[in-house]
Amino acid sequence: MGLKSSLHNLKEKYKGTKMAPAFNAIHTFLYLPNETTHGGTHIKVADDLKRTMNIVIMAMVPCLIFGMFNAGYQHFLVLGEIGRAEGFLDVTFWNWNNLVIGLQKVLPLVVVSYGVGLAIEFLFAVIKKHEVEEGYLVTGMLVPLIVPIDTPLWMLAVAVAFGVVIGKEVFGGTGMNILNPALTIRAFLFFAYPTWMSGDKVWVHGAVARDKAIAAGENLDAISGETVLGALAQGKEVAYSAWDMFYGIIPGSVGETSALLILLGGLFLIFTKIGSWRIMLSSVLGALAMGLIFNAVVSSGWITESSKFYALMNTEFWHHLLIGGFAFGTVFMATDPVTASQTNKGKWIYGFLIGFISILIRVFNPAYPEGVMLAILLMNVFAPTIDHYVVQGNVKRRMKRLKVKTA
Amino acid sequence: MGLLSKKDSKLILDPLADNNPITIQVLGICSALAITAELKASIVMAISVLFVLGIGNVVISLMRNIIPSKIRIIVQLVVVAALVIIVDQVLKAFAYELSKTLSVFVGLIITNCIIMGRFEAFALANGPWRSFLDGIGNAAGYGLILVIVGFFRELLGSGTLLGFPVLGNPIPGELSGLYALGYENNGFMLLSPMALIVVGIIIWVQRSRNKTLIED
Repeated sequence: MGLKSSLHNLKEKYKGTKMAPAFNAIHTFLYLPNETTHGGTHIKVADDLKRTMNIVIMAMVPCLIFGMFNAGYQHFLVLGEIGRAEGFLDVTFWNWNNLVIGLQKVLPLVVVSYGVGLAIEFLFAVIKKHEVEEGYLVTGMLVPLIVPIDTPLWMLAVAVAFGVVIGKEVFGGTGMNILNPALTIRAFLFFAYPTWMSGDKVWVHGAVARDKAIAAGENLDAISGETVLGALAQGKEVAYSAWDMFYGIIPGSVGETSALLILLGGLFLIFTKIGSWRIMLSSVLGALAMGLIFNAVVSSGWITESSKFYALMNTEFWHHLLIGGFAFGTVFMATDPVTASQTNKGKWIYGFLIGFISILIRVFNPAYPEGVMLAILLMNVFAPTIDHYVVQGNVKRRMKRLKVKTA
Repeated sequence: MGLLSKKDSKLILDPLADNNPITIQVLGICSALAITAELKASIVMAISVLFVLGIGNVVISLMRNIIPSKIRIIVQLVVVAALVIIVDQVLKAFAYELSKTLSVFVGLIITNCIIMGRFEAFALANGPWRSFLDGIGNAAGYGLILVIVGFFRELLGSGTLLGFPVLGNPIPGELSGLYALGYENNGFMLLSPMALIVVGIIIWVQRSRNKTLIED
């Protein structure tokens, strides 16, 4: 008896009982069910919610794998055991040792994220007597990619529980949420445990543990790895070239560093028509616009080097696309179909403001070195309002046209 | 109930649960968010409101037949302001540190919607004894939520209760209790948005236990 038929039998056995949604979910996750509908004509679409989600996950897998290698690479680099990688294909980066560290640190994050999140989804499905909703599949993959490598697992578990319950289930589950659940989880971590989410220790595996060992009296050198944004916010020199930033061989959250792989993922999403190219493009335009404004302010001499915003404002406008989590947020989180604007015109406004506000927060608020998380959450809240006015504008225009015709 | 008739005891018990001023009427939210980061402040705030609302309701009720209805709001404000000043002065005299923590929120008891609401809705139409019970009941309902929110925020946000470290010692180098296992305080709990979420969770739990409270 194959897996499919045993899953089917299991589902039939539990039909009508309390646990039925859980077994249905497992069955349909792996296979297309055999059941056919009776009576009436039905159109069958292959890209249901689960398969849509799977495509987004596929787009993120390169970032995940890259993140694992990068975790090990940054670790060994600050320890001084390897030299700096030159270019994207350097063997010092694509190295077995790097991957081992990455696997050890990243896989537990993935397991905890999915384990806790799906457990809550199953629990709520059983309580609400609904089918299990697939919304967590993407969130569960996003979460490990947007947290620092050394995030303690229990913190992640608490944050995931909070994000899924408060960010999504209280609003009625998948499709009803106002805020992006993955960003809710990250925002919770950020405000609850700020020491684990910012600074120059958390981005490199081992730096926090090393600090503790030193505090306990061991004779070791402290190690640290600052993100590009962290260095800029403090007015320090940035030690990475634009190509480094583009390839992603820089410290940062697990999967958000490589603009190249995010770009490929974004193109994949646009090609498969899962992600909205309008949001991605307008968000990039918004960021560039804000970057240009800041560059203009600097070149017109309104601000001098003594200002604490000088380093960030003086950053070349297109560099903003490569550093921090901007690219990742734009491609994978701003485009979340549930929380983004639904109308085409609305998507342009929504995306543009995300880019614009991201860079604004990034430059003017040193307490929040990365603005894209807050910008997307803010625009999530405004998305329904934007849609409302776009639709009303449309109605008004058509009414006017009608009046001209009839008059 | 020997002491109170059934109708009277309802005045006290109703606002504790099914007609709670915070979770059902959604009044007095501002102070519930502002001062509940510590349990001690929550308790003092609850007692202050209990005092002001209990006495205030009696005073208004006694004067209810001589207050001209056109200026009744001003009269109510004078009564509540006088009581709040007493509370404020007592706190400053005997608990100075605490009065600094509560800062402007003691003064803002004057504008607490619950107090004006009870004066208007109850004390102006009922006798002093029943008004007293109503005032005590509503203030207790308000205080109950304050204490619950304050309990969770202080416990999870600072790891203490009434200032006592109940979860162990968080100072690096001398870790003990839960902190030795890697536990850390949740800084988000000390921020006001989290108070709103905790109140929201209380409302959620209450309404899913008693479906008749759910509005359409």
